[in-house]
Amino acid sequence: MTTPTAVALEDAKVAFHLRDGRVYTAVEKAHLTVAQGEFVAIVGPTGCGKSTLLNVAAGLLKPAAGSVRIFDQPLAGLNRDAGYLFQSDALFPWKTALDNVAIGLEIKGTPRSEALPRAQQWLTSVGLGAFAGRYPHMLSGGQRKRVALAQVLIRDPKILLMDEPFGPLDAQTRQVMGNLLLDLWNADRKAVLFVTHDLEEAIALADRVVIMSAGPSSRIIGDWRVRLPRPRDIFEVRLDKEFHSLHREIWGVLKDEVMKGYMQSTQAAEAV
Amino acid sequence: MSRPMLLALQVLVAVVCIVLWQVLSTVPVFGKILLPPFFFSNPFDVFSQIVKWFASGVIWKHLGITLAESILAFVIGSTGGVLVGFWFARQPLVAAVFDPYVKMVNALPRVVLAPIFALWLGLGIWSKVALGVTLVFFIVFFNVYQGVKEVSRTVLDNGRMLGMSERQLMQHVYWPSALSWMFSSLHTSVGFAVVGAVVGEYLGSAAGLGYLIQQAEGIFDVAGVFAGMFVLSAFVILIDFGVTLVERRLLVWRPTASDGRG
Repeated sequence: MTTPTAVALEDAKVAFHLRDGRVYTAVEKAHLTVAQGEFVAIVGPTGCGKSTLLNVAAGLLKPAAGSVRIFDQPLAGLNRDAGYLFQSDALFPWKTALDNVAIGLEIKGTPRSEALPRAQQWLTSVGLGAFAGRYPHMLSGGQRKRVALAQVLIRDPKILLMDEPFGPLDAQTRQVMGNLLLDLWNADRKAVLFVTHDLEEAIALADRVVIMSAGPSSRIIGDWRVRLPRPRDIFEVRLDKEFHSLHREIWGVLKDEVMKGYMQSTQAAEAV
Repeated sequence: MSRPMLLALQVLVAVVCIVLWQVLSTVPVFGKILLPPFFFSNPFDVFSQIVKWFASGVIWKHLGITLAESILAFVIGSTGGVLVGFWFARQPLVAAVFDPYVKMVNALPRVVLAPIFALWLGLGIWSKVALGVTLVFFIVFFNVYQGVKEVSRTVLDNGRMLGMSERQLMQHVYWPSALSWMFSSLHTSVGFAVVGAVVGEYLGSAAGLGYLIQQAEGIFDVAGVFAGMFVLSAFVILIDFGVTLVERRLLVWRPTASDGRG
């Protein structure tokens, strides 16, 4: 291989100790690699442990077995090469949009006088140049995601981990955000691990789509390469013939898992 | 409702009450005065007592003493509350060990402590400050403790992933969160600082609004008691107004209830 591997999970198993003493295995023997500059999307039914896997790559969770390697180095503690975009609001509510973005640099010791103009540049490139003085609660959900994106990218991480980042947004905003993400990503092609439950979003954005089975003890059950040309436009790529055939092929596998996951969640609800 | 309209109605309530009081305490109804002046005084006497206090200037000394006691009680009590609240929230073991004692002391009616403080610290301002501190401390302590404990998991994880050290998490996440909880209880804690000061003065002192009221009660000077109460109310409202201004300045980042997108 010529391109180095950014993220490598080898036989990673994640288990949680439940309160009643039992052990819940969320993910079993996951094997996943993301090459440098590669955009990988993980798709799976609700509760399959996609986010868990992402947290393992971030170092927020320790795998019960198996190993995590970041740029061929075993991961100890938090993944310092990664930027993490959370599903729910993670901005600091007591800081303005500008300060929220600048903090990424200030933590590293960049003087404030230098961090602020760069934060302003980043806010402009996510389309929020005029909103620097607003506090998060004064911004819409989509605008908050843009600030969060700028907050992560200003640190220039080598790896981007994204946990259903556009999940809470409405359909149109999601597509706009998807295009914004692709534009920003195209500039320097970081390694991306993108978790979503939306197969269309996954195919439109990613180079590879990885499918997980329904939990518990979910596994990776499929890995497809997306050969749609770049740069892509999310609106247009959905009309492409190859998009449709790939969607049909992956959905054939995913559908069963979604049904399984759905059945399990309804049974669990009845058991309660 | 428009602001002037609301203000007019608020003033109207005061006017009606004062007029009723004046009429019932001076004009006989069916040959009987319903509010005997010995027990209820009347607005005119109360007002002239207040004017006399301000005209002669004696009131300023008492107001100044009560204000000083309240401020000291608030500053010392909240500093202690913030420090201990932080310490307990970051050290669960310490919190668990002290938990029953904190509850015990907090459940104690603070008035019973006043004589002890007078004994220990004398009849000067410090026994009143001590009483106020015991009230303010617990309000601030519980709020800061809660504030540090309930920092959003995601915001904390975000801070960690952005590369914050423990010290930076303290500065950028725990501290603002705890402060916001403390400020949300600012009205209550400032109010209790004043209560501590006045109750302390009332139970034994040589100056202050509480002392003034207590002296008037001692000689059955009902007009003096009411006058003291009115000055105290005005004093508390002024302080509360100041707190609102401070709060507005410090909590700009907080969504208000009327903010639809909050």
